[in-house]
Amino acid sequence: MSAVTERLAAAKAEGRSALIGYLPIGFPTVEGSITAMTAMVEAGADLVEVGIPYTDPVLDGPVIQHAAEASLAGGTRVKDAFTAVRAITEAGAPAVVMTYYNPILQYGLERFATDLATAGGAGVITPDLTPDVGGDWIAAASNAGIDRIFLVAPSSTPERLHLTVAATTGFVYAASLMGVTGERSAVGEAAERLVARTREAGAEYVCVGLGVSTGVQAAEVARYADGVIVGSAFVRTLVDSPTLEDGVIALKAKVAEMAQGVRGQQ
Amino acid sequence: MAALDELSDAYDKARVDPGFQEELDRLARDYSGRPSIVTEVPRFAQHAGGARVVLKREDLNHTGSHKINNVLGQALLTKRIGKTRVIAETGAGQHGVATATAAALMDLECVVYMGEEDTHRQALNVARMELLGATVIPVTSGSRTLKDAINEAYRDWVANVETTNYVFGTAAGPHPFPTMVRDFQRVIGVEARAQMLALGGLPDAVIACVGGGSNAIGIFDAFLDDAEVRLIGCEAAGDGVETGRHAATIVGGRPGVLHGSRSYILQDEEGQTQTSHSISAGLDYPGVGPQHAWLAEIGRAEYWAVTDAEAMEAFRLLCRTEGIIPAIESAHALAGAMRYGTEAGPGATILVNLSGRGDKDVETAARWFGMLPGAHG
Repeated sequence: MSAVTERLAAAKAEGRSALIGYLPIGFPTVEGSITAMTAMVEAGADLVEVGIPYTDPVLDGPVIQHAAEASLAGGTRVKDAFTAVRAITEAGAPAVVMTYYNPILQYGLERFATDLATAGGAGVITPDLTPDVGGDWIAAASNAGIDRIFLVAPSSTPERLHLTVAATTGFVYAASLMGVTGERSAVGEAAERLVARTREAGAEYVCVGLGVSTGVQAAEVARYADGVIVGSAFVRTLVDSPTLEDGVIALKAKVAEMAQGVRGQQ
Repeated sequence: MAALDELSDAYDKARVDPGFQEELDRLARDYSGRPSIVTEVPRFAQHAGGARVVLKREDLNHTGSHKINNVLGQALLTKRIGKTRVIAETGAGQHGVATATAAALMDLECVVYMGEEDTHRQALNVARMELLGATVIPVTSGSRTLKDAINEAYRDWVANVETTNYVFGTAAGPHPFPTMVRDFQRVIGVEARAQMLALGGLPDAVIACVGGGSNAIGIFDAFLDDAEVRLIGCEAAGDGVETGRHAATIVGGRPGVLHGSRSYILQDEEGQTQTSHSISAGLDYPGVGPQHAWLAEIGRAEYWAVTDAEAMEAFRLLCRTEGIIPAIESAHALAGAMRYGTEAGPGATILVNLSGRGDKDVETAARWFGMLPGAHG
């Protein structure tokens, strides 16, 4: 059992879904983002996703793109993610890194996996890497003892679902809809069907991301998913606030709303 | 992934379907004007060491460049898979114009993503696309250039995959694009090889410009087995590779993954994509097709870096000596021919792929040569 599955199992034992919160490292600053990430843990996030900013985030919508651009302009480095991971783990939540492939390829796959494990990190989500071409990464993650988390989408064929489920450890990341990250007014039925299909393909834990932005939506997704992943709605609290202090207050309130959501209290 | 798998399956079926090839051949002949001619350019050749220089005239195709070859193929494929909307990225605007053209011809809705900076640099091409019924969306994310237009097109495709096909313009990106684009462009080399044989024999060198690399792979492909023919790709060196302000991905980049393929990339040590620089918007891309990376690695093709200044000198010379205004992209290949010819001397024969015409570049060139106020930015 990994730190990730342990935490998902604990939430399940409480009869609820887990809340997974995403923030990019380096927005508004490295230090500020780490303050915000640990604040998410205090406010009720069960797991934290640490995003590594990338110049070409093809699967992200405008809010996260904006934060990633600002983070890169501020000089954020890949290794800053390890500092964040350490702080989050000390604050009491497992941390996983979300990264596009090229930054970790250039860092060195083995070296990245080892350094992340040393920092206490639990796993990595790779949105632009598919398991059929991810053999090197799978081996590196496996050697370091961290989870490698791949994505499925409503358009995934049964063959792709089986392939992805078989290659994934921790949880399968189910993209709730066909599109990029961002807040949506409704999550829709596609997500529920996808989670069911992913379970049929053999997944033990399936978490749903993309478009979840209110406590009501979180409650709806929590009925059928093991975890609810929230990104843009959290990033927005920081983007919309004039100071980091205000941003963290707004962020904690949003996390608390979502934490109630995954407990069905909405 | 599902969209790529679907496209890949559809293409595998289409490529072995004689009906598909017949329809494409018919459009190439009756719509684009194929085969394109070859033109020997003796006055220009005096500036290339007196070598014999022959141009493959893709600039004479309908819409003014080789881009139409690929777009007609992909638009036909779009019809076959029953989709009603196409999206495309464009830098200089040539691929966008070609896609808008094919969309008008085949009654498809068309949306073209173009970096905001490029919409200013190539305002006339924006108007051309709009005249053809396409919607042009300026992309304001990232560096606001071609690579960001590709990112935005992917985002659109993922969200609208049920109705939409992505008509990709160059021999890069994820499978099946590099294969498909090469196949649709290989007509250039097939024709040119036969035309050279009719002129007396195979050339000593085949030279083409390389951004993503579609015109180059299209002309190289037919000569791959002719070991005695040197294949030379000319990348855009901008202000010079040593200045860091360039787009010479193979000459000055490192291996990595961008836009779904493993190839050479201009990137920093952290794997972040760097902004490319070239006077030619069509070569201004920090990646390159994986087939070129492979040809460079096995030594079958070589890649040279040509600066803005060298390309513009070749541009000027072709205008003045032959009455042909080339695309600035293609002028990089012409500059390569001047360099090769100077080394090889009068006995050599050089085939240059003149991939496009320079109408779109008149303003840029006029600024470069000081005919309009304001130096080129």
